Amino acid sequence: MLMLTCPYCGIAADETELHGGGEAHITRAGVEASDAEFEEYLFTRANPKGVHFEKWHHSRGCGRWFHAARCTVTMEVFGTYSAQTLQPPDEILAEIERRRPAASGK
Amino acid sequence: MKRRGRYSAFALVREAMRGHTGWQKAWESPLPSRKYDVVIIGAGGHGLATAYFLGKNHQVRNVAVLEKGWLGGGNTGRNTTIIRSNYLQDASAAIYEKARQLYESMSQDLNYNVMFSPRGVMMLAQTHHEARGYQRINNANIVQGVSTEYISPDQVRKLCPIISIDGPRYPVLGALWQSRGGTARHDAVAWAYARACSQMGMHIVEQCEVNAIRTRNGRVVGVDTGKGSIDCDKLAIVVAGHSGVAAEMAGFRLPIESVALQALVSEPIKPCLDIVVMANTVHGYISQSDKGELVIGGGADQYNNYSQRGSFHNVEETVRALVETFPIISRLQMLRQWGGIVDMTGDRSPIISKTPVEHVYINCGWGTGGFKSIPGSGWAMAELVASDQPGILAAPFGLERFGEGRFIDESVAAGVAH
Repeated sequence: MLMLTCPYCGIAADETELHGGGEAHITRAGVEASDAEFEEYLFTRANPKGVHFEKWHHSRGCGRWFHAARCTVTMEVFGTYSAQTLQPPDEILAEIERRRPAASGK
Repeated sequence: MKRRGRYSAFALVREAMRGHTGWQKAWESPLPSRKYDVVIIGAGGHGLATAYFLGKNHQVRNVAVLEKGWLGGGNTGRNTTIIRSNYLQDASAAIYEKARQLYESMSQDLNYNVMFSPRGVMMLAQTHHEARGYQRINNANIVQGVSTEYISPDQVRKLCPIISIDGPRYPVLGALWQSRGGTARHDAVAWAYARACSQMGMHIVEQCEVNAIRTRNGRVVGVDTGKGSIDCDKLAIVVAGHSGVAAEMAGFRLPIESVALQALVSEPIKPCLDIVVMANTVHGYISQSDKGELVIGGGADQYNNYSQRGSFHNVEETVRALVETFPIISRLQMLRQWGGIVDMTGDRSPIISKTPVEHVYINCGWGTGGFKSIPGSGWAMAELVASDQPGILAAPFGLERFGEGRFIDESVAAGVAH
């Protein structure tokens, strides 16, 4: 079973305690956006085979949203971090770089 | 091209008399040529059906089907083999019903016993909301010409005596019954198409992973594979869970996320269930194989996954719910569990479409409903590839529907368990 540590309450939570929220760091298209940008925002997803940045909701715990970096092939978790960021923090990227030199920057 | 013998009762007797020495390989395994008119990535059911109908309906026979693993080793061999076409939306009903009809005659058409068994598919209504939903689908099916009926709990009990109608948590209020739905032997479907394609002179190349897609001026010119570089006029991507990976090679992105969907089988028992039962409220569906095993499928996992395993708690929830509806299975031991990587779109309907790259076509997004649609999908995809225009079956399933907001919304229509 997948386990993620909630960066807010610090609990190492089973996936049954969590709810997946899909890809993280998607920029919301505003009212001035084109149709293509809106389609991209609403539907188009990275869906990588490898390192994935994703949203999780600690729904049966503290109730907060957070982000995780996880490998979609091995289920390896590189770290969890605050949802209040526009991109993954440097220490998460460094951890991915350390464990997956080829996948960094993605 | 060597002509293979037809399978028949006579051939069986003949081979029995001579110690089964005369059977030939069902399909050739050639090395790829330098160039083909059409290259299809993915030798699962959908890819092979696409190749078959390119040859049969459109006389395009200079075709290669490239497979990174072994033939039919992906989702084609990992599903619960259910075939039905009782969908709400007209576009879905059309293509799934086409597929179901082609399954009816597949063994004869392909001279290969795919063991299609139209035993009937029953979708239980276990909440009032679900009962109304299925009555609505039944009404839609009548208009679409798809033969289904909405049946009472008494009829459910007659068709399926082992079911617990009054179950404490989710009593059976009725069911949507498609008597002409059923199951087929999943591997045989891939093998049958492969044999037919091979007989038409097409090349099926296994263990040949595509590493790059080459384009020039926005148009495809070929692929680089583990077995060398191959040129092609047209390229069809039919790789289900790995569609995102293939699309990235071609330089575009898709409205798709890949997740694991699990199934499991019990130890074999005496015949007790001669139909397929789906209980979508509790995320479980069940049928009994010819060997006597109960084949059980559940809902999809909640997060992106390429591991072909899935989470244990999903299996646990599925079995827990089914034990309530089928109390006699409570002491059964489970033999095997496996996962397939399904490609989910936002509206839970497939994509059969041209792409931003000229002469690259994609067939994906079948999600949890891939096996049942194989022949219809191949039929529609072949038409698209051969004429560079979608036919009547494929037209509603273009990629542009997301931008246009023109969804084929089956996530609402069919619940989670397709």
